[in-house]
Amino acid sequence: MQETVTAKLLDHPRNAWYVAAWDHEVGRKKILARTVAGRPLALYRTEDGRAVALADACWHRLAPLSQGALVGPEDIRCPYHGITYDARGRCTSMPAQETINPSALVPSFPVVDRYRYVWVWVGDPALADPALIPDMHQMTDAAWTGDGLTIHAPCNYQLILDNLMDLTHEEFVHSSSIGQKELSESEFVTSHTDTTVTVERWMHDIEAPPFWLKNMRDKFPGFEGRVDRWQIIHFEAPSTICIDVGVAKAGTGAPEGDRSQGVNGYVMNTITPETARSSHYFWSFQRNYRLDSQLITTQLREGVHGVFGEDEAMLAAQQAAIDANPDYEFYSLNIDAGGMWVRRILERMLLAEGRDHAPAPRRGAQLVR
Amino acid sequence: MAVSRTEVWQGGTIVASRPLTPEIRRIEIEVDDPVPVSPGAHVDVRLTIAGERDRRSYSIVDATADGRRIALSVYTSPVSRGGAAVMNALAPGDRLEITQPLNDFPLRPGAPRYVLIAGGVGITAMVGMAASLRARGADYRLLYAGRSRPLMAYVDDLREAHGERLRLHVRDENTSLVISDLVDAIEPGTEVYVCGPIRLMDAIRREWMTRNRPIADLRMETFGNSGWFDAQEFTVRIPATGIEARVRPNQSMLEALEAAGADMMWDCRKGECGLCEVRVSRLSGDIDHRDVFYSERQKDARSKMCCCVSRVVAPADGAAVVEIVTS
Repeated sequence: MQETVTAKLLDHPRNAWYVAAWDHEVGRKKILARTVAGRPLALYRTEDGRAVALADACWHRLAPLSQGALVGPEDIRCPYHGITYDARGRCTSMPAQETINPSALVPSFPVVDRYRYVWVWVGDPALADPALIPDMHQMTDAAWTGDGLTIHAPCNYQLILDNLMDLTHEEFVHSSSIGQKELSESEFVTSHTDTTVTVERWMHDIEAPPFWLKNMRDKFPGFEGRVDRWQIIHFEAPSTICIDVGVAKAGTGAPEGDRSQGVNGYVMNTITPETARSSHYFWSFQRNYRLDSQLITTQLREGVHGVFGEDEAMLAAQQAAIDANPDYEFYSLNIDAGGMWVRRILERMLLAEGRDHAPAPRRGAQLVR
Repeated sequence: MAVSRTEVWQGGTIVASRPLTPEIRRIEIEVDDPVPVSPGAHVDVRLTIAGERDRRSYSIVDATADGRRIALSVYTSPVSRGGAAVMNALAPGDRLEITQPLNDFPLRPGAPRYVLIAGGVGITAMVGMAASLRARGADYRLLYAGRSRPLMAYVDDLREAHGERLRLHVRDENTSLVISDLVDAIEPGTEVYVCGPIRLMDAIRREWMTRNRPIADLRMETFGNSGWFDAQEFTVRIPATGIEARVRPNQSMLEALEAAGADMMWDCRKGECGLCEVRVSRLSGDIDHRDVFYSERQKDARSKMCCCVSRVVAPADGAAVVEIVTS
């Protein structure tokens, strides 16, 4: 079916919601300049708090509006010649003339504030249905708490999706915190729909690695003993991955659904392609126990920040190696099943947008001599 | 927002051509490198007119979902500069050079209400917008003004698609648009899109501005071939350089000056940007301002004109002559 080799530099769908920023990054004190899916944006809020995403280039001579100023209840003023635009990107004044050129406007992109993020749609605005925003309800649901940060990752977004869809790497990249040999010894089950992929892995009756032992002791002071550990990876197109993670006292029924003797977290990840070789990686670690403890929130955020720093270094090194070896192709392993379904979904989205990459011979084709 | 201003040229094949009215012909083209068409888009085509390479812009009336087959409608004006005749002569199987869709007039989703106003062949820009609004379940009205019913293209199709949302204003049926009443009836927050002759657009803009309505709510697409008067021949002189040119009815003043050897500045060539402005030092007759660059006050002053579209009309008792100072 797929007559292509595994893309090393996957293009990104444009008809999709991507996170442009944390909600607190977009305001009126300064205009945020950020490139989303290849599109440079100027992001700010109107006086009544609505988030606005305009193309970061004035209609006139393409000066960056993000270096301009906010004027009036909703307008932005170009820093160069003072042309102003409203929140829809329509010109509201021009210098040195009494009329406004009727074609003067900068593109304005649909924006939604949801799950503590500002989501932007850079594709066909007629298709921008807020119902298509991936489910990240643990970010704002009262039953959960947590916090996160942003990584500016110097790699194609697909490499980050690959990283999160196969957690076998934890054993090698994160050996001091969450890695353990049972990760690569345990089986996993992959399933998918048209827009989602799930990879579920259980490790029964194992030693809790340091990160999880600390979390168990936050809920069960003085905890000692073995645990059942789970990782259930939920991908939702195009680039959101929420991972249900946790451990429970071994044999207390967590695999059957009773997690009361354990601790549960959700690693919320949503990846926004910036350029072909860079990405904004927004993450948060949410938990559903000890909701009152800001100390635990901060400890978890800093702990995961350290863990993800190891990923970031690996992803940067991988992208550099990919670029340094343009004549070598990717090969796949069985552990890539989740990531390969993600690619299949993304390639179909690209195809639907008429943007499939040039077909190349499938590597599995038999050689004829 | 679906704004596209980057020209990508491609080939196209004429697949159908038929008259809709005595003045308007529908031409369907299959393009080589299709991309989906957004409402408000147009294409530019390269034509050879009287031996000279030239280009013309036409709104896309409708298109297949993949954008492979697009339909244009070509209006033959009494003072056509020759493009319509070349387009009308195209037959199925003929090839032409055509851009991928360009869009200076994008339809913005999400407004609480829309009013689309088309005058004459300006309907070509509105057919796609109205279809898009209908498909989206938007609250919209389509007002279509024309001289007489047999000259108005697409009326039956539009009535079928839009029912009571379509309102016709036909001059020879005494149902012409009354612009002041129209603007008064438009509720705040409504987005208004207009495509039609300059008289219609000027009138709407004037009523809009006198009521202090937000200028950003009024969107207009111009096409630089209509004025307050019929085009007539006139003379233009540049005393500083001694250049004199006769401007034929089917030629712009800018074209005539260029042909006479004047080194002219210009950009949009459709009366929007103001770069082709010339100062009027002497005038016999009156100026037929056909641009949207100047305000009413500036037009009334008769001291400057956009020579890419605006013209001179003769006084009752003499010849039409303008002397100008160029940049």
